[in-house]
Amino acid sequence: MTESSNIQVTVQTITTALKDKPGALLPILHAIQDALGYVPAESVPAIANALHLSRAEVHGVISFYHYFRDTPPGKHTIHLCRAESCQAMGGKDLENHIKTRLGIDFHETTANGQFSLEPVYCLGNCACSPAMQIGNEIYGRVTANSFDTTINETEALA
Amino acid sequence: MSITIFVPCDSSAISLGANRVAAAIAKEAEKRSIDIQLIRNGSRGLFWLETLVEVLTEAGRLAYGPVQVSDVASLFDANFVQGGTHSLLLGLTEELGYLKKQQRLTFARIGITDPVSLDDYLNNDGYRGLSNALNQSQADIVKTVTDSGLRGRGGAAFPTGIKWNTVLGTPSEQKYIICNADEGDSGTFSDRMVMEGDPFVLIEGMTIAGIAVGANQGYIYLRVEYPHAHIALNTAIEKAYQAGYLGDNIQGSGKTFHLEVRLGAGAYICGEETSLMESLEGKRGLVRFKPPLPAISGLFGKPTVVNNVISLASVPIILDKGGDYYRDFGMGRSRGTLPLQLAGNIKHAGLIELAFGMTLRELLYDFGGGSASGRPIKAVQVGGPLGAYLPESQFDTPLDYEAFAANWTVLGHGGVVVFDDTADMAQMARYNLEFCAIESCGKCTPCRIGSTRGYEVLDEIIAGRELGKNVPLLRDLCNTLLNGSLCALGGMTPYPVLSALNHFPEDFGIDKKANAA
Repeated sequence: MTESSNIQVTVQTITTALKDKPGALLPILHAIQDALGYVPAESVPAIANALHLSRAEVHGVISFYHYFRDTPPGKHTIHLCRAESCQAMGGKDLENHIKTRLGIDFHETTANGQFSLEPVYCLGNCACSPAMQIGNEIYGRVTANSFDTTINETEALA
Repeated sequence: MSITIFVPCDSSAISLGANRVAAAIAKEAEKRSIDIQLIRNGSRGLFWLETLVEVLTEAGRLAYGPVQVSDVASLFDANFVQGGTHSLLLGLTEELGYLKKQQRLTFARIGITDPVSLDDYLNNDGYRGLSNALNQSQADIVKTVTDSGLRGRGGAAFPTGIKWNTVLGTPSEQKYIICNADEGDSGTFSDRMVMEGDPFVLIEGMTIAGIAVGANQGYIYLRVEYPHAHIALNTAIEKAYQAGYLGDNIQGSGKTFHLEVRLGAGAYICGEETSLMESLEGKRGLVRFKPPLPAISGLFGKPTVVNNVISLASVPIILDKGGDYYRDFGMGRSRGTLPLQLAGNIKHAGLIELAFGMTLRELLYDFGGGSASGRPIKAVQVGGPLGAYLPESQFDTPLDYEAFAANWTVLGHGGVVVFDDTADMAQMARYNLEFCAIESCGKCTPCRIGSTRGYEVLDEIIAGRELGKNVPLLRDLCNTLLNGSLCALGGMTPYPVLSALNHFPEDFGIDKKANAA
């Protein structure tokens, strides 16, 4: 099966299963992103059709929410907290270190496709600032050293 | 006999290695053929001591912390399973000063029980509030909540009972209960701790709300940044359905209440209740005009109660012990307790549930132990990214909604973020405006454009260009945001910006005397 038809099948299965929920669009977009890692532009017509919305409306929702992405992420997505509590504990220095270490800015993916870096505004881990999340794993009191160790371990696992 | 050991499953504890500690304890116990029962409890909220491992002894629960994987073998060597002495032994958990000085009502069970064990919940006063509610009229339930003095813990502090009464009095075949679990304020984590550490209390509170106002459907709008809370809530909801605490005939009462978790998608604005409802309806999270009030025309145009996690999680104890019991805590018009969250640059960060009325200074020094860095505390932001920065001269403000409002500060959701003297308050103010620009829904012009113009002007000020022109311009812009925005995002971003400017003008390159004039 080609990648494109795989996407279509996934999107079709998800929209069929969820379209009758009240306010179905966000649950559908979450399910697609969980399955594919992103919400491909080519999924928009099928979603719009299933929910009787215009493609513009669906696109508008995808682009409104920071969490939804329309490009494939790296193998691991790092969500780094930028909010006040983490700033109070050296979050800005950590951010600079991470960007240098990975050679990317926010919203970018490393050339080898391993890591995407996204800002996040609070992970609710403010008692253990600075904080970050990789996939569903959360890390507290992150330092430049502990970040490097975590990244090396994550890469080694891959 | 098997020995009971507790290792928290709270995501902050996990972020410091609790899962690895739990695995190491299980492995070491097996290696030494010691029969243990490992319970993953919620966190006690003493985060500088995480991973806090507890052992059940005849005298009570003994605490060891902060435990790292490398400590596990030596803990077993010291026979900690029998309460043996070790350098990490802290004593009986209940006797730890930080915990003992608190008044835990909403957090009564958190850290004690297995969060997703319905038996634990029932054995620790769970579902007593619902049981009472099922024997009362709807009006009586609402009256009890009104009498308790409970006000919205999300930040706006609107009386919960009055909101419920409006929904109760608005006839409709369909009504909704929404739990606003989009806890996006930096420095806050009490909602997360409740959802991860005692999800049944939220489910019970929502069920009582549903019965009180005649709503048969509830939604928990949970931020996507909380994956552990998502799992805990879904597990608990499933168990509540299986045991007849949710569904079509709750405990044989004939009452119906269904509950579902919906995930947000990283938009701070969706913590604003009308934007949240738009999002739940599957739309962009644009703020709605009010009126109509959500209590009259809310989700899908139906009467809707929208309450914060802590508000709803406080309802079961109010229905269990009565409105008077809860109202007897607190001061002035701020009744009951507030779970404060101490975060940022502070030695003893954690969750502190207290009756309203203690001062910020007591919180920062008696509980917090001063800054984590050991440097002087310069400023404290209370109430999230829309809350003002308080300088040392305001630290004696009592933690009370009205006392804070009188200072032009905000108690909000009870988040307290501490900064030491290395913080640059001009940079913080710039961040606050940038955050507003990133998170603005775009519906109203002051917030959409004012936020971007705000940090552009601040860049000029930080660069020291034309202060005589740019500082008044920034103040003017803040005035427009304050008075012209549709919701609190634009309307309150001036709180941190202007408080930084007023209290720390030197960080903006301004002479303190000139600024006062």
